[in-house]
Amino acid sequence: MNVETRRLGLYGLLLGAGIFAPLVFPAYTSQVAVLWIMILFALTWDVMGGQMGYNSLGNILFFGAGMYISAVVQIGLYYDVGEYTSAFGAVKVDWTMSQYLTGIAVGLVAAAVISALLAVIFGWIVFGLRGPYFAIGTLGVAIAAGELVSAWEWVGAGGGISMPVYPGEPDDRSLIFYFLSLASAVATFVFLRWLYTTRFKLAINAIRDDEEKAEAMGIHTLRYKTVAWAVAAFFLGISGAIFGNMIGFIEPLEVAFPTVTFGIFMVVMSLLGGKGTIWGPVIGATLFHVIKEVTWTHLLGWQWVALGLLIIVNVVYFQQGLLGWAQDKWPELFGIVVEDRDRAADGSGGDDAGAARRAAE
Amino acid sequence: MLDNLSLLTIAPIFNVQLLLDGLFIGAIFALAAYGLALVWGVMNVKNLAQGDFVIMGGYIAFTLAEWGLHPIIGLPVAFVVMFAFGWIVYVLVIRRVIDRDLFTSLLATFGIAIVVQQVLNQIYGPEVKTAESGFEIRSILGNQVTVADIKLISFLLAGGLAAAIVVFMKRSRMGQAIRATAQDPRAAKIMGIDTDRVYAFTYSLNAAICGAAGVLITMIWVIQPFYGITHSIRSFVIVTAAGFGNLPGVIMAGLGLGVAEQYSGFVLGAEFQQATVVGLLVAVLVWRQIQQSRIRQVVQ
Amino acid sequence: MAATRRTLVAATALSAAMALGAGSALAKVEGDTIILGSAISLTGKYATNGVHAQNGYELAVKKINETGGVKVGGKSYKLKVVYYDDESTPARGAQLAERLIKQDGVQFMLGPYSSGLTKAIAPVTEKYKIPMVEAEGASRSLFTQGYKYLFAVLSTSEQYLASAIDLAAEIAQKEGRKPQDIKIAMAFENDPFSLDVRAGVMDDASKYGMQIVIDDKLPRDLSDMSATLTKVKALKPDLLIVSGHSKGAATAVRQVNELKIDVPMMAITHCEAAKVTDKFGPGANDILCSTQWAETLSYEDEMFGTAADYDKLFKESFEGYTTVPYQSAQASAAVMVWKDAFERANSFDIEKVRDAIAATEMDTFYGPIKFSEAGNNIAKPMVLRQIQDGSYNVVAPSKWASHPVNYPRQASD
Repeated sequence: MNVETRRLGLYGLLLGAGIFAPLVFPAYTSQVAVLWIMILFALTWDVMGGQMGYNSLGNILFFGAGMYISAVVQIGLYYDVGEYTSAFGAVKVDWTMSQYLTGIAVGLVAAAVISALLAVIFGWIVFGLRGPYFAIGTLGVAIAAGELVSAWEWVGAGGGISMPVYPGEPDDRSLIFYFLSLASAVATFVFLRWLYTTRFKLAINAIRDDEEKAEAMGIHTLRYKTVAWAVAAFFLGISGAIFGNMIGFIEPLEVAFPTVTFGIFMVVMSLLGGKGTIWGPVIGATLFHVIKEVTWTHLLGWQWVALGLLIIVNVVYFQQGLLGWAQDKWPELFGIVVEDRDRAADGSGGDDAGAARRAAE
Repeated sequence: MLDNLSLLTIAPIFNVQLLLDGLFIGAIFALAAYGLALVWGVMNVKNLAQGDFVIMGGYIAFTLAEWGLHPIIGLPVAFVVMFAFGWIVYVLVIRRVIDRDLFTSLLATFGIAIVVQQVLNQIYGPEVKTAESGFEIRSILGNQVTVADIKLISFLLAGGLAAAIVVFMKRSRMGQAIRATAQDPRAAKIMGIDTDRVYAFTYSLNAAICGAAGVLITMIWVIQPFYGITHSIRSFVIVTAAGFGNLPGVIMAGLGLGVAEQYSGFVLGAEFQQATVVGLLVAVLVWRQIQQSRIRQVVQ
Repeated sequence: MAATRRTLVAATALSAAMALGAGSALAKVEGDTIILGSAISLTGKYATNGVHAQNGYELAVKKINETGGVKVGGKSYKLKVVYYDDESTPARGAQLAERLIKQDGVQFMLGPYSSGLTKAIAPVTEKYKIPMVEAEGASRSLFTQGYKYLFAVLSTSEQYLASAIDLAAEIAQKEGRKPQDIKIAMAFENDPFSLDVRAGVMDDASKYGMQIVIDDKLPRDLSDMSATLTKVKALKPDLLIVSGHSKGAATAVRQVNELKIDVPMMAITHCEAAKVTDKFGPGANDILCSTQWAETLSYEDEMFGTAADYDKLFKESFEGYTTVPYQSAQASAAVMVWKDAFERANSFDIEKVRDAIAATEMDTFYGPIKFSEAGNNIAKPMVLRQIQDGSYNVVAPSKWASHPVNYPRQASD
């Protein structure tokens, strides 16, 4: 019980830090808000990449989809979308506070639900692909989505959409989006933490370790894969909707479907922290974001070179990630409390086959 | 869209222009794709830095042109320089990811791609560059169709280079060793082949081929440090469509992709040209998947 | 174990806080230096012009500092610009603007490059009531939002190619044809700026009743437009318009020659930035280029002298320029607006400085500057230049024309 209280204390502490951060350091509100989005990215990528062994390079698809769905809903509730976008933001629309908030609320829900549906549809297309083909295929789907949106006049094509302007005070606005980001990241964490205590996790781990055997055990693999991707897409859709509103101006290639930046960052962050764990992505995202912000300030011009080197070093020399490394180094520390999670994560075959059997029964 | 289609039937002469342009550029795509097929087939590395090697070759030609030399000299120069560069990259990075899972090689080469494009950006700046060959541009078929000599020459050079590589793979000791390693690395090792050296050579050869393709690209299209990714995607489309042990297939797929891009640009509009490439990629993958699942069912 | 993990997390959080905490030492005025802030594209797709703009800012800052600085309250201040690289992405730009304002304490902003970035940053500066003088965001939609703190020294996008359309109509009438018979082929890059220019062209063309026969959008990684140009060859338009920043200009000029496209009139944007005359020599002849500014215009001020003087100074200061891109000239002009406004406000109070900017009425080497209520410069026209034997000559509008237009364009062999 002591351990349990301690853990609750830790969560309380972190949550408190998250809540009070913008009040104590108001200047960093937007940077920390982006940090929460990054954590959400890494966590959702890990559902597929870490726990299920399906390395997607195209998860950014749902981020962009959520962003555009929310934008269309927010505008479409009160205005003609085609007319609004064809003017490239040249029409000035004043939103009342209630219109604005209703728009965001409906937009968030729509973004989440439709993104999850998209995952079901696209899953049907790409889930037959294995290994690197899956990675390349998902990358292709995400890039194609960006290209197609930028040819779609109704949503402003390459000209993008100016998001509805918040009618109130600017500082309130950043707080609203800060807390939305925080809430979405916390919700993702809590949900995944719960999900990983269920049979679902055992099943997707089994898929990672040996899909054919898992299938032979009677696990309906396609169903599990689809649900896993839909879960990731659900939260990514929400994050896209929040991010789009936070930025205020969205366009397809750089903001909504940044395949080679955010799309790859989510992978790197998970790997950096240690994939297949729940804390790994969180720590990886935090560290990555800090490194990125610092190099962006101090290495102007060379920041991307530094980032590329970081990716190479991370992948080639340090792929087990921070948590994986700590686990190797001090296994006894991980053996006590987190047996149920991290044991499974290090992928010892026998355990998981048993787990899969249990899940199948 | 229909207007453009009917235009092609009313004035079929423009099909010739599109076909020629597509074939000329497709030959260069095929060249780079063949390099990818090589590393993919022999060492099972999916090189996402493929396009960036192409762009590096392009900058070598550009640099030579700046020095007052004819950019076509860039062909041998880029071949040699990129071969050396490939060797260095192999020793530093690729050697360590060969035995790892495939996703690792994808990510590691993606990291290389970022570093290459950003260093190019630091050296040359982000402006688009070209190297002018200064060769004739011919008009044929009553001035309706133009053929730039440089396109023709690069088509022939690409063909010649591909042929040379085929002969090399068939005849030379190293070529035989590479093929042996591709078939069975363990057996090759037992037979006394230094597989590490074979891998290093293969990866370097790929970089060299890409460099040569880049030299040709610079004289036909424009280059910019960040254009690598589209070339990488093209190579992936071609190799996934053709399979990696299949040189005629790679050539056909490369030429086909070149033509497909031209036609989609003409019929659908330039905004769909890239969407076509990635769309084809996804379509090819899905098609392969359907094929596979059919095989699986037959086995069951 | 929980303890270890907590330590780990705490350490991460602490290092995060420390890392973020470093670097916020700047303020709006430090000692005798006034700090201006700008997020500018140093990498990514707009980087070519981003660097042109940065050079323009730097040249003006250097010149102002050398010639006595900015005099406020009887004291002379130096200017300094803090830059961040926005990587040509609006998402980054908006974040960086917030960072400049909230963390670095910057209270006077210079604009980023491109309309897209300006669209992303303007809402941020507006919400913090930080004045921004921008020189590179031409989209007219920026000036319909009722922004109070946004000022642009350049002409807005719908004016970019308006004189090319007028010129085509004029020539048609001279030849005894109706403007309605004119066929236009357009290829615009699929980005906010170019699409905005396109919207302007569409309006002008429909005003004359001209027909648009091709309307392609060029992709971001543009390196080939031969399919579009083959269509041009098939449809034989009277006017070909291409706009796609520097890469669009370079690709268009090269491939128009390669495919021997024979259009009587061809108008593009960003010729100077793409250095088409150096790259393609005679192949670039007779192409019409819209420009915000030309060194041959008779504009003048006390600091830089004439437009030609600026041109000379710029070429001496930065290597590799044979023609000075207008992107640099207007960036310099934006810095001059700040100097002028500080001196007239005689204060660093943000509101006073803002009002001083709004009341700007000055002549510069870049042209007259006077802001409308909406914040765009209404005193300066766009001009259309034609590349004639390798040099840029102003051919329209007629008030500024120094040379007659060559028509029809001769396809070079």
